[in-house]
Amino acid sequence: MVALVSELRNHAIPVATAEDGESVTLSTMGGRAWLVEAPGAFDLPAQRRIWSLARLLAQRNDVESLIPGVTNLLVLFRTIQPDSEAVETQLRAYWRQAQEVHPQGRLIEIPVCYGGEHGTDLDAVCRHSGFSAREVIRRHYQGEYTVFALGSAPGFGYLHGLDPAVATPRKKIPSLNMLKGTVTIGGAQAGVSVLTGPNGWNAIGYAEIEVFDPYAESPALLAPGDTIRFLPERIEL
Amino acid sequence: MIEIERSGALNTVQDLGRPAWRHLGVSVSGAMDTLALRAGNLLAGNDENAAAIEVQMFPFRVRFLRDTRIALTGADCRAQLDGEALPPWWGCQVRSGQVLELHYPRVGARGYLCVAGGIDVPEVMGSRSTALRGSFGGFGGRQLQRGDRLPLGEASVLALPAHGMGIAPPLVALASVFPFNRDGHIQLRAIPSGEYPLFAADHDRFWQQSWQVSMQSNRTGYRLAGAPIQPSKVVEMRSYGLIPGIVQVPPAGEPIIQLSDANTAGGYPKIACVIEDDLWRLGQLQPGQSLQLVRSDAREALAIKQAVDAWLNRVRCDVPSMSKVAGLC
Repeated sequence: MVALVSELRNHAIPVATAEDGESVTLSTMGGRAWLVEAPGAFDLPAQRRIWSLARLLAQRNDVESLIPGVTNLLVLFRTIQPDSEAVETQLRAYWRQAQEVHPQGRLIEIPVCYGGEHGTDLDAVCRHSGFSAREVIRRHYQGEYTVFALGSAPGFGYLHGLDPAVATPRKKIPSLNMLKGTVTIGGAQAGVSVLTGPNGWNAIGYAEIEVFDPYAESPALLAPGDTIRFLPERIEL
Repeated sequence: MIEIERSGALNTVQDLGRPAWRHLGVSVSGAMDTLALRAGNLLAGNDENAAAIEVQMFPFRVRFLRDTRIALTGADCRAQLDGEALPPWWGCQVRSGQVLELHYPRVGARGYLCVAGGIDVPEVMGSRSTALRGSFGGFGGRQLQRGDRLPLGEASVLALPAHGMGIAPPLVALASVFPFNRDGHIQLRAIPSGEYPLFAADHDRFWQQSWQVSMQSNRTGYRLAGAPIQPSKVVEMRSYGLIPGIVQVPPAGEPIIQLSDANTAGGYPKIACVIEDDLWRLGQLQPGQSLQLVRSDAREALAIKQAVDAWLNRVRCDVPSMSKVAGLC
């Protein structure tokens, strides 16, 4: 809990009162976990309210873990909650309270070698988008990305901010042994893989970057709210 | 110290895992059969969360380099101490130089070797569990191999009877709590989850058929083979946090149950979630065996948890430990 709050850097700037608008979608995972899914698009305002919801719930002693996802939040209580109606009423009330927070994240620049031997799916992204390789790469490094959440693998950041014109669905057949550091596109999301292994996202380049150190006081390099820029160090076509 | 003399792939040091770091993408890890680990640690006079060796590949042989106390729980691995058979779910003293060997289990899949004081590898992110995917924790972040010498923590004061003592395993002591169906397959209680309504046409098939644990099953998750189930429409999911026990349905229609080493986030539709106190039974299932999922709810999950906690309390009181001296039982 503490770790999560510090990650959001506590620099909330409340903006306009959050409109109730559409309500959240609630569902359970077992007897003590609820998934709270924000209504609306895959966008920054929705994610900002998810961060805010996490901060509010972090103050509750009966909450064991909060795991932000992409416009959703998994809330794990310490004990089984047989009265699901009471829990859901409370979660909806917290959502109404949750106003967009604007964590003052860090700016992290990541030099990328585009294409080449690790950009194995660059052709697929070109075919899907209709752009040349050079144009796909340009649109990728011109974007400014926000770390929405960490997950899947230690320190992996789900990045929002990809130019929608180069969004490309995940691969039907995953790569079996994608190298750690591969720069990828998964649907409308961008990322840099953190472990060598099977991966269903589209590989367009490679970055030499360590994003996770289990022995460090703060093990993950990235935090929700951080800004990422990719720098075209080399383009191999 | 204890020294590994023989081991197969994927035998690892595990405790109850590191649940506090999921928001950084760190898997929980931890024992697949937490009930066996907790009871074994009680029998060895340890904290329930002490690190032990999870053995899932056999034969496995270890030599004790000092006098100590051990407990064997989980699968019945036909254990032999210097060639003499030991019963399953058994705690006893061992002397320096003695050799323990575990064999392919008669029943179950994973055996647990708890040693007094616990396996004293360094804690990484609050746990001694091996995180195989991240290569940290446990013994050097990897599976055990021949020649590894594992340090032991400081043992508590505990005098087991000279010949040792056993406890009734949960399938005996809690037989009414952990049922089998008429075909002899284990029944796992599961609560419907997010996209359950999308599978309405296949609900009967989901709950009624026997699912076979496929060969592509490991500590990360179990794939189930059977008549596929399909959602009424394909939904594009945004990545969401998940917990062990969640049952996801990939496009091919054969479910995956995520387990100890599961990713912290996923994107497949989720149909149900196996209740936490039934997950140990999956840890004791071998590929090729079958299971049935039975619809449950939070109230039943709570009743089962209470039965399990009461049993562990009885075990705690049966072990002649300091707790009895202190009048806690």
